[in-house]
Amino acid sequence: MPRLSADARHLVAFTLNGRPVKGLASPRILLSDFLRHEIGATGTHVGCEHGVCGACTIEVDGMLTRACLTLAVQVDGSTLRTVEGLAPAPDRLSILQAAFRRHHALQCGFCTAGILMSLDAFLRETPEPDEAQVRDLLSGHLCRCTGYTPIVRAALEAAADLRKTTRETAHA
Amino acid sequence: MKPASFGYVRADSLDEALGVLGNEGAEARVLAGGQSFMAMLNMRLARPRVIIDIMRVPALAELAQRKDELVVGAGVRQARLLAMPGLERTLPLVAQALPFTGHVQTRSRGTVCGSIAHADPSAELPLCLVALKGHVHLRAAKSRRKVAAAEFFTGMMATAKADDEMIEAVSFPVANGEGTAFREIARRHGDFAIVACAALVSDHGIRLAVGGVADTAVARDWPHLEGTALDDALNAFAYELDARDDVHASARYRRELVRRIGRSTIEEAARCRA
Repeated sequence: MPRLSADARHLVAFTLNGRPVKGLASPRILLSDFLRHEIGATGTHVGCEHGVCGACTIEVDGMLTRACLTLAVQVDGSTLRTVEGLAPAPDRLSILQAAFRRHHALQCGFCTAGILMSLDAFLRETPEPDEAQVRDLLSGHLCRCTGYTPIVRAALEAAADLRKTTRETAHA
Repeated sequence: MKPASFGYVRADSLDEALGVLGNEGAEARVLAGGQSFMAMLNMRLARPRVIIDIMRVPALAELAQRKDELVVGAGVRQARLLAMPGLERTLPLVAQALPFTGHVQTRSRGTVCGSIAHADPSAELPLCLVALKGHVHLRAAKSRRKVAAAEFFTGMMATAKADDEMIEAVSFPVANGEGTAFREIARRHGDFAIVACAALVSDHGIRLAVGGVADTAVARDWPHLEGTALDDALNAFAYELDARDDVHASARYRRELVRRIGRSTIEEAARCRA
């Protein structure tokens, strides 16, 4: 049974977007702060810090997770995906990211990292979503720029594009 | 908003968790999915000396039907219960209410027992547990007891759990032919309910539980009332709940919701049964 004292910093190691990373954290350090300040992965944004706004949403062991409601020491040994892991190459956007760009599904971009992570996981599980399902998913995020409509359009178009890609791969 | 300093224990077994809880008492708090408790820590509404993470205790992951109860262990996340095959037949009320609990992104981590332990008066799962006359299974290092839902919730975010106890599981009686329905009014889907109603209609009569108004979810049982007799019963219930004005809604609006949403929920439950 690991017991981590409040005052000391403890080794935390996990897989981030396919690469092993590690750093030191005292028990009170939030995963959102650990990713940004200790690992240097600043793609994950920090908004409300009590789980409401959704900006810090990432994937931990396949589960959508508010990084601000998670302690860094909790994810020792886990597998994490963040927005930095979405693009297939540094100069290429993923299908979902490209749809966001075409539809102007972001303006200031603060909420975008979390919304992309939610939609990325959602579209894998729900390849043929309807608008109501997308809006239900987006109820877990706050966006103050777009009014959500361009995000819904981008998500539905990305779903259609992803279905095409899967079919072509299957026929190849 | 960052938590104050605390020590962290990752329990590998229930005995380890209960041992730390027994030694530390009120200074220790159990961390499960963290979707309510981590927010309390971040806002420093909770400042424990030690946190006991129970999510790697295999025994707490139980989700199984035992006789006429569905037992949900302390490690079972809300998303897992919602995805359970046949939930709409085993626990139709929970299948109806759970999509209103938080969002996809919080149900993926949050646990069923964590929501019960948090005891928010407007939360859906405590309401379901009260409506269905479920039980909370409490464990301490040297004791165990099973508390009825109505006795477990003692006030706003207050429960009958002692400082050295933790919730090991909750149990919901499985459906037995009654009609059930759930409705709630919130500012946005997934937000805290201004008023939430859960209704059961069976051969014995009507049972309506209301959350979001009093300090805990409260249930009433009536015979098969109809027409103005049902209106009168709902009106009396709305006043008995002692609604208060707050930033979300006035007391008068809450009473009106109890009358109207209460009635439509009961009618839907009656249709489900027919």
